[in-house]
Amino acid sequence: MNIHVRQAEVSALISAAQARYVREIDDGDCTAWPNFFVDDCFYTITSADNYAQNLEAGLVWLDSKDMLRDRILSLLEANVYERHSYRHMIGQPFVGELEGDEVDSEASFMVARITREGPTDLFATGRYIDRYRIAGDEAKIVSRTVVLDSNQIDTLLGFPL
Amino acid sequence: MNNLAPLGAEMPVWAKEDEGFHVPYWVFQREDVLEMENERLFQGETWNYMCLEAELQSPGDFVAVHVGETPVIVTRDHDGEIYAFENRCSHRGSLLALEDRGNVKDFTCVYHAWTHSLQGDLVGIAFKDGIGGKGGMEKDFCMNSVGPRKLRVANVDGLIFGSFDEDVDDIEDYLGEEVLDRIHRVLEGRKMVVLGRFTQVLPNNWKLYVENTKDSYHASILHTFFTTFELNRLSQKGGIIVSPNGGCHVSYSEIDQVAEAEKAKNTIYSDQNIRSQSDLQLADKSLLASFKEFDDDITLQILTVFPGFVLQQIQNSIAVRQVLPKGTDEMHLKWTYIGFEDDTTEQRRARLKLSNLIGPGGYVSMEDGCIGGFVRRGTKGASDNNAVLEMGGRSIEGGDDRITEASIRGFWAEYRMRMGL
Ligand code: FES
Ligand SMILES: [Fe+2]
Repeated sequence: MNIHVRQAEVSALISAAQARYVREIDDGDCTAWPNFFVDDCFYTITSADNYAQNLEAGLVWLDSKDMLRDRILSLLEANVYERHSYRHMIGQPFVGELEGDEVDSEASFMVARITREGPTDLFATGRYIDRYRIAGDEAKIVSRTVVLDSNQIDTLLGFPL
Repeated sequence: MNNLAPLGAEMPVWAKEDEGFHVPYWVFQREDVLEMENERLFQGETWNYMCLEAELQSPGDFVAVHVGETPVIVTRDHDGEIYAFENRCSHRGSLLALEDRGNVKDFTCVYHAWTHSLQGDLVGIAFKDGIGGKGGMEKDFCMNSVGPRKLRVANVDGLIFGSFDEDVDDIEDYLGEEVLDRIHRVLEGRKMVVLGRFTQVLPNNWKLYVENTKDSYHASILHTFFTTFELNRLSQKGGIIVSPNGGCHVSYSEIDQVAEAEKAKNTIYSDQNIRSQSDLQLADKSLLASFKEFDDDITLQILTVFPGFVLQQIQNSIAVRQVLPKGTDEMHLKWTYIGFEDDTTEQRRARLKLSNLIGPGGYVSMEDGCIGGFVRRGTKGASDNNAVLEMGGRSIEGGDDRITEASIRGFWAEYRMRMGL
């Protein structure tokens, strides 16, 4: 197949995955969130400062699909917080060149938070630094580093970004 | 202080006999109280955590931090010593450092280029003698007569504290021997590495968070992560230590080996009953895979230094937290996650995984970030009512019981003493 056609196809797959991802975490209950990842995935949330300084710790630091599943289970069954939800706006992915069946991708995002008694607040902005694996007509996340632009996190970081 | 009160309202009276077991809500709400705190606590005879020695490796390294609401620069000079001074230009008060950290040869103000040394002394004034005999400073102007205020600096096992008051007690006396020993227990002789830094913005007065960190009573009630997944299988015992003045504390729990041995003897009979009550299980328990780091069986140790510092050991998750007021109704909680230079790859990985437990999204601490906001909202319109802190009596003595509010009462005892409230 023509390489350009293939590239365009991969970009479309990633865009579609991104759209489904956001629908699940904003309007679903997040239980299907781990399904967007491969089994031996990595997911972390950090800030631009930490990322620039190569500091490894994350606000969330998960290195298996099971850990992603546990995170949602804990949020739904164990943790205590006031009712809130997020609304993501994700930019167009900047997709790199396919290497075998894997590809790097970046996308910027804005997240609003809606808390029980409160208005819609701008909660976070940042970018996803991703690696996807393409299998058939699906793009799955191998690694997602959520890099928040600001080092300040308001009150609580509950559900996934 | 009356001129600082809103609409000229006088500060109410907090009855002496309330000690630290009845705390009126106006203490968290009033601007004039915050002004007094900046003056008498944060700039008074207290020790305030500023940064880690590990963040100032080489001469010229600096970090820009806060002591209370006052901006401060901490540096390492070429003599190898650590210095701290206000982040405020001698001339007309601009910030001197505009970055959080870095390496510099001096601090030259961007406004009119007055230059300050790494120790905070004014050493150069642009166009001091004018140009062509015109302008310039008065001949009798003395550069030593102005300058940012300097802080006294103390280094405890790589934790750098500062005080605006030269007369503050030596830090060893300030902490008391028992609290000091518990800092040594975690940090003595070890080379720290910063693993990450995050700032959590909390919608509440800073003292509500300090109360929470000293509150060993709430832990098993508010935080249900461990109980939901039945992760705390080993019998635990523990206790609290309160410093002589009340304001510093340690709360800890450790594996109760006697009870464990007892349990082991009885297992033959009770094996059938050990089965999990709930069907909720973590799928990946590597989250909690800790390694042996200390010579004792202490799995959790929370230590505070008056007014706003926390050193935490939760298994192998080591972190420091700095509590900073931002007005009466907001605060910043600055987390620094810590590892050590001689960590193996596996040990480092364990620390990174355990950091899922703490911070703004932590399994066992996300609730703490919200609770202060609940109290702020709950106490609106109740300024003259008071919180009740009588769990475990009214004294500020430590002991081997953690269902107590003794260390919070201790905080208020020292707070009242230093504030004259
Ligand atoms: S304010 Fe700094 S040089 Fe003028
Ligand atoms: Fe807590």
